[in-house]
Formats: sequence, structure tokens, C-alpha cells
Amino acid sequence: MSARDEILAGIRRSLGVKGNETIRRQIVQDRLERAPKGVVPARGQVSGEERIALFRTMAESSLATVTEVGTPAEVPQSIALFLRDHNLPATLRMGGDPRLKAMPWSETALEISQGPSEGQDLNAVSHAFGGVAETGTLAMISGPENPSTLNFLPDNHIIVVSAKDIASDYESVWSRVRFAFGKGGMPRTVNWITGPSRSGDIEQTLLLGAHGPRRLHVIVVRE
Amino acid sequence: MTVHTTSPQFKQNAARALHDPQLQKALNNVKQGFIDKRQAAADKLPEFEALRDSARDIKNHTLEHLDLYLEAYEQKVKASGGHVHFARNADEAREIILSICREAGARTVTKGKSMISEEIGINHYLEANGIKPVETDLGEYIIQLRNELPSHIIAPAVHLNATQVEQDFRRVHTHLDAKRDLSEPVQLLTEARAVLRERFLAADVGITGANFLVAETGTSIIVTNEGNGDLTQILPRTHIVLASIEKLVPTLEDASQLLRVLARSATGQEMSVYTTFSTGPRRSGDADGPENYHVVLIDNGRSAMLGTSFEEMLRCIRCGACMNHCPVYHAVGGHAYGWVYPGPMGAVLTPSLIGVDKAGHLPNASTFCGRCESVCPVRIPLPKLMRHWREREFERHLTPASVRSGLSLWSFFAKRPALYRLATRAAMATLGFAGRRRGRFSWLPLAKGWTKHRDFPAPQGETFQARWQRERKGGTA
Repeated sequence: MSARDEILAGIRRSLGVKGNETIRRQIVQDRLERAPKGVVPARGQVSGEERIALFRTMAESSLATVTEVGTPAEVPQSIALFLRDHNLPATLRMGGDPRLKAMPWSETALEISQGPSEGQDLNAVSHAFGGVAETGTLAMISGPENPSTLNFLPDNHIIVVSAKDIASDYESVWSRVRFAFGKGGMPRTVNWITGPSRSGDIEQTLLLGAHGPRRLHVIVVRE
Repeated sequence: MTVHTTSPQFKQNAARALHDPQLQKALNNVKQGFIDKRQAAADKLPEFEALRDSARDIKNHTLEHLDLYLEAYEQKVKASGGHVHFARNADEAREIILSICREAGARTVTKGKSMISEEIGINHYLEANGIKPVETDLGEYIIQLRNELPSHIIAPAVHLNATQVEQDFRRVHTHLDAKRDLSEPVQLLTEARAVLRERFLAADVGITGANFLVAETGTSIIVTNEGNGDLTQILPRTHIVLASIEKLVPTLEDASQLLRVLARSATGQEMSVYTTFSTGPRRSGDADGPENYHVVLIDNGRSAMLGTSFEEMLRCIRCGACMNHCPVYHAVGGHAYGWVYPGPMGAVLTPSLIGVDKAGHLPNASTFCGRCESVCPVRIPLPKLMRHWREREFERHLTPASVRSGLSLWSFFAKRPALYRLATRAAMATLGFAGRRRGRFSWLPLAKGWTKHRDFPAPQGETFQARWQRERKGGTA
């Protein structure tokens, strides 16, 4: 018997089942289809300004910095300012996300390069799929225009998120993912990011910038 | 065969740990940090207790239907272009991993933190076969340099102080300036970041564990704060996920319930910094990500725990809260437990996986204070399960003869209440009389274990039961 079959047989022996019981199969099928939500904390169940404010508070408590701009057109200036304020070089790596591409980068002195990161980029910008107000978490999805390496290799990671994509809870993000990728479908990678990289492995002292970005800066686009 | 154990020498290990000043200093960090942070996180979320119930129920439901969820998961992984391998034991798992590495022509392998990889001892095996494994979690990297096992399941180097890490870095990073300043923890971190960045970019295969596997989508989930797990899995051409079979959950919603209790219980964070959901290999047109995605599902004793009282242990999500709150762990640290899993969860899991004959001391190393159970996010009744091991140990005649005859003698009296009362009254009177002058004993027959370290007070007055009886009837002393 193959390892697979033997393990499954062992499980069934221990559980005292055969594996072909209709009722068990139905229970499992039903759970997978309905995907019940369980307990969703009330904290995130706010809307409008209140939700954006909660997102901001929670993201900041995870040690990210957050700024708001009115329109997508204001993002490049805002990034240029952020880099200058932190004495960082005016360089920026990004993927081909159409929302980012459409922004007026030429109005700034930023030196833009495109593509995934190979570990040499100091600064990168990505566009989030959404945000979660409950914990100030950003949800990123991978794809041809959104390389995952940009989320981890640069020292300074800037994430742009539309205010309308900031949800109350994780469950709302999953329902949007299902709408985009079909039930049971997933992008190759979904990254939830809550603050900049850190480690407490040396004497339980919190230090930022363990392997991933030392800084996480979030730009919320209101419109 | 799994990694070497020193669990049978728990008593010697513990004695050594208690007299190790470096270790005792480091263990103070556990007592201070983790407990307050977890409490603060729990207090901030009114639904926390309800989420613990939900987490418990999800795990129970999954375990009850584990065969079917495994089948569903396997199907989804394959549909997304990944490969699923089943391993009955550590030997099979290591063989599978080695052959994937060979197929990928691997010379170096980066690793995210994974307890199951410790359990199957993959690092030594790869090394023996000419492949260099590099641990990338800062704590795991440090203990790999020292050739040690993790002493804590989420903070593997918690037994060390910064000066010890500095010495290791100076010993191993000989390509760097010998006069460099490493007096601050941040300098150690910066050095490790630079050294490991090279390793990430050079690795041919990345091995991670999985906090959860999602049957609905064929997704593996890892949770890190450093980002090392992500660099391990997106940079090399091949990503191998190692997971024991009980990591399964039905849906993304179920995973989200468990994630809400995991970080809060572990480090007191609202959410870990990086929670990553991976489904299959790189898609067409993707600019990065692994070209090959393999999942190795490892049984190694789990399926035999189902349907027994130890099934509850399979709910464990490896948050470490039980050891963070354990007075025994605080006193002796993780290495004394002698195998991969320390603390209360280790005291229950280790006998299941390597045998109660080898690990019988562990479930005995408990004060039964119950703090572990009171903080467990999936409500595993750890003290009850430790007691079950003690019973099994007794039934299998593994307890020493002196303990067995002592327990038999005690149970003889305990089952005969009248005789018990008479005997305790007589013993008290005798001891009280014998010790009437000094009020204490520095030596007593059969009580060397006590009197070696402190005096035994001579009893006075009446027995507890006698007093209880009298006061219940309304009398006073």
C-alpha cells in the first residue's frame, strides 16, 4: 500500500470510519461550500470615516506610518516627500500595476525602475488589493503586474491602498478574492502585511528590519 | 527514526539548567515579556474567548473528518500545479525531501522556521548528503551556528543572551572585520540580515513549514514577523512545504479564525507582520515566485493519536503560550525536556511521538497549576493529558518500584477512609511527639528528598480532616 493510502487508512481506522459514509462526505462538502464565518470581532464593523480612522490607528500601532492623499495623482509627490523626509535616495522600484502606471511620476524627480526585486532596491511601491481595518493589515496579491519580491526585499516599502478597498474584516477580503478568482480559486500568493519586518529573537528585544523592510509606509487614496 | 532525545535524562538536564547562570538570566525574559503581552492583546478583543471556542471547534471538526479534508486538499494542490507527497514517518519524509532537492540540483537550501523539520531532523540529513541547509529565522540561525535544538517553539534562541550571540557571530562570520562593534542587539541583527540576504539569493530550494493548510483552496499558510519565510519561498526555483497532517483546516474563513488567536496567544500581537497564503507554483506571466511547489504531508505518529484521549493534542497550533506561562519551563528552559517540543505541549506530545518509556519524566514535570490550559487558544486540557500519561506509565510498570509501592500503600489507605483517618491521626501524634522540642525535623525516614533541602515541620494540633469535620459542625478551634 502506498504511504498515502496507508495514512488515510490509518486515520479511518483510528476514527472508526470507512471514508465512504455519505453523511460525512456531505458535512465536509457543505462546510467547504458555505465557508461559515465564525466569530467576527465587532471592532472592525464600522464604515466610512470611522473605518479609515480605525485602519489608520491599527496600522500605526503595528509601527507602520500612514498618510492620506485625495486622489491617485497625488501619490508620486507624496512618495517623493516621504523619501526626502527620511533622507532616502529618490529611487523607486515598482511592478506594472495599471493603477500605479497611470500616476504622474514624471512630475517628480523620482528615478523609477520596473520589475521584480533582485535584492538591490532600497525603495519600492506596491498597490494593495485591499486593507483590513480590524488590525491595520494590507492584503497584497501576486500576479504578472505585482511581483511578491517587492513586498520583502526593499528596505523601505510603500503600499498604496484605495480607501474604498479598506474592509472591516478579513472575511470581506476573502469574499472579494472569491469574486475575482472564483470559489476555491486563489492567486498564487496572498500576503497579509501588518507593519514592518521585526524580530524579538535576541533577548526578546523588538528590533525592526529583520529580513524584510525596515520601514512600511502606507498611502491611503481617498478617491 | 527522529532526532536524538535526552528526555530520559530529564532530571539531570533540569538540575544542570537550574545551575546555569546564563540560562537563568535568559529565562527571565520569558517570565517578563510574553505573559503581559498576551494578556493585553486578549483584553483588547472582547471576542477573544469566543474566538478560542471557535478555534477549538474548527480543529475538532477537521480532525473528525481529517481523511476527507486531506483528500480535498490534495486535489486542490494538484489542480493548482503543485505536488503532494505523503510520508508515514521521518525516514520517508527525509527521503522525499532529499530527492526533490536532488532533482532541483540543489547545493544550498534556505529554511523558514519549522518545528516538523526539527522533528524529522532534516538538516543533518541534508548535510550528510552534501546539501547545505541554512536556517533563516534569526533565532534558528543562531542555534544552527551553535548546533543546538530550539529551546522554545516560537523563540528558538530564548535561552541565549546577546553576548553569547556576539561570540557565535565572531566565531563564524570570519570574513568580517574582527574589530567591528557588536555590543548592541541591533548590530547583531544587521549583521545577520546582510549575511543571510546573500544566502536567500543563492539558494536553489526553499523549505518552509506551514501554520495551516486550507482544504478549500489547496493553500499553505506561513506566519512570520521577520519576512524570512517569504524570502525562503519566493526566491528559489523550488519551494517545499513540510507539514504534519493535523495542520489542515477546511476554509479560508476557518484559517482566519485561528489566525486571530495565534499571534495574540504567541507574542501578544494583533496580527503577525507577514501572513502568507501560497497556492501552487508561479503562474504564467508571473515575474517571480517558485517554479516548483511541493507539499510533504507527514504523519509520524499523528494518525495513531486520533480516536484516543490524546487526539485533543492534535488541535495544537504551536503558539507557545503554554510554555510561556509554565513555572516548570520558566525554571529549567526548553532544552531540559530533551527533544523537539518543550513545555506543557511537549510534555503531552513527546510521549505520543517517541514513547512514554523514553519521555515519561516530562508529564511528571508539572505542578498541575493549570495555567497552560487557561491560556491555550484551542483549549487543550494539558494537565488532564499529562495525568493520562502518568496513568499509562503506571499501568506499564515504568515508574520506579519505590514510587509504585508508595502509591500502592497510599491508595490502600485512601480507599479506606476510616483507616486513613486513624492512620493520619496516629502518624501526626507520633511525629508531633517526636518533634515536640525542636518543632521541626532535619531528617526523617523515607523523606530524604524533602529534608535534604529544608526541614520538615513537626505537626501540631489535629489533622486537616478532623478540623474540617469539626468546623463544618460549627465548632471553633
